[in-house]
Amino acid sequence: MIKFIRMKYTKWYNIMRDGMSRNNPILIAVLGICSALAITNRVDNAIAMGIGVTFVIIASSATVSLIRQFIPGRVRMVTYMVIISTFVIAVQMFMEGFLPDIAEELGPYVGLIITNCIVMGRAEAFASKNPVKYTVIDGLANGLGYMFVLVSIAVVREALAFGTILDMRVMPSTWVNWTVMAIAPGGFFILGLYIWLMRSLTKNYETQA
Amino acid sequence: MIQIFFESILDNNIALALILGMCPLIAISTNVKNAVGMGLAVIFVVTLTGIINYPIYLLLQRTGTSQLSLLVFIITIAATVQFLEMFLEKFIPALYNAFGIFLPLITVNCAVLGVSLFFVNREYTFLETASFSLGAGIGWFIAIVLLASVREKMDKHSVIPKGLAGKGIAFIVLGILSLAFVGFAGLTG
Repeated sequence: MIKFIRMKYTKWYNIMRDGMSRNNPILIAVLGICSALAITNRVDNAIAMGIGVTFVIIASSATVSLIRQFIPGRVRMVTYMVIISTFVIAVQMFMEGFLPDIAEELGPYVGLIITNCIVMGRAEAFASKNPVKYTVIDGLANGLGYMFVLVSIAVVREALAFGTILDMRVMPSTWVNWTVMAIAPGGFFILGLYIWLMRSLTKNYETQA
Repeated sequence: MIQIFFESILDNNIALALILGMCPLIAISTNVKNAVGMGLAVIFVVTLTGIINYPIYLLLQRTGTSQLSLLVFIITIAATVQFLEMFLEKFIPALYNAFGIFLPLITVNCAVLGVSLFFVNREYTFLETASFSLGAGIGWFIAIVLLASVREKMDKHSVIPKGLAGKGIAFIVLGILSLAFVGFAGLTG
């Protein structure tokens, strides 16, 4: 039965796997780093950002895919930009309305989802050539892959910087907080080490001249 | 105002403290020559768009549509970059050849949009916005040139573990640079 499902949805499955592991947007392609580093010092921020980005990718890719026959080739970038920013504004207003604390902490970084290259990249590389149903799966996979990395960076950083995960104490009370993990350098170090780990595990090395 | 200028270069460096504009920072920092070109182009565009976007934001605020600012900013930036490209190609070809190829890339550089969003967030006046934009551009320039110089030397003279080579090590270097810039904190009061 499972095999049957997999055969029938094999394209779906492949798209899903590509987005989440083999072509993980952050680790392999190194896209969308800005927000990945700036907001990952707390787990709840990372989750909020991940959901926001996933939503924007799915919605904008689906829209692009729906109207892909009508977008003239020369102005397609601008069209994508307008579509994406519409959804980002929706996310921003939603967060301000329902999650004011998190919106406060994320600040301008919510708006910066627009320039997150992942969203644009999926619109250009995938949504402009594929029907809506695959686009939605692809968007979901990439969004989840992105969120997975954000959260796993945030878990390490929050534990080291504040001794907590999602405000629950995980470190012993004698733990001295590493302030450096809460600010920019910590993000860089963790992401660098994380890329190293993932590349070693998957044997997906970068060949450099 | 001068304080904001130095603050945005040193202790609030847009690349190393606010972590903006990472994609091009990592992608174009493999040699110093390209890094300088990209850095100069960013200084130019960031300053220009900061100054242009400020009155536009005031206008939007006046008409009560400030939630649309994101959409308007990104279009302004794209238009400015396009216009700048054509202008340079026609009137200052030397400059166009120097950083012409980097200009289209700037539209998706989050540092540019970031500056526009930050002046809104921090409620700067016009002069403060101008000095913040210029400072942010210069700060980004410093960051990419430093990173590129380190990477260029490193590629030739050091042995790096296979998995860390390329982007991984770039992040570690950025982390160390960023630590150094944390040292400037409080310098400007």
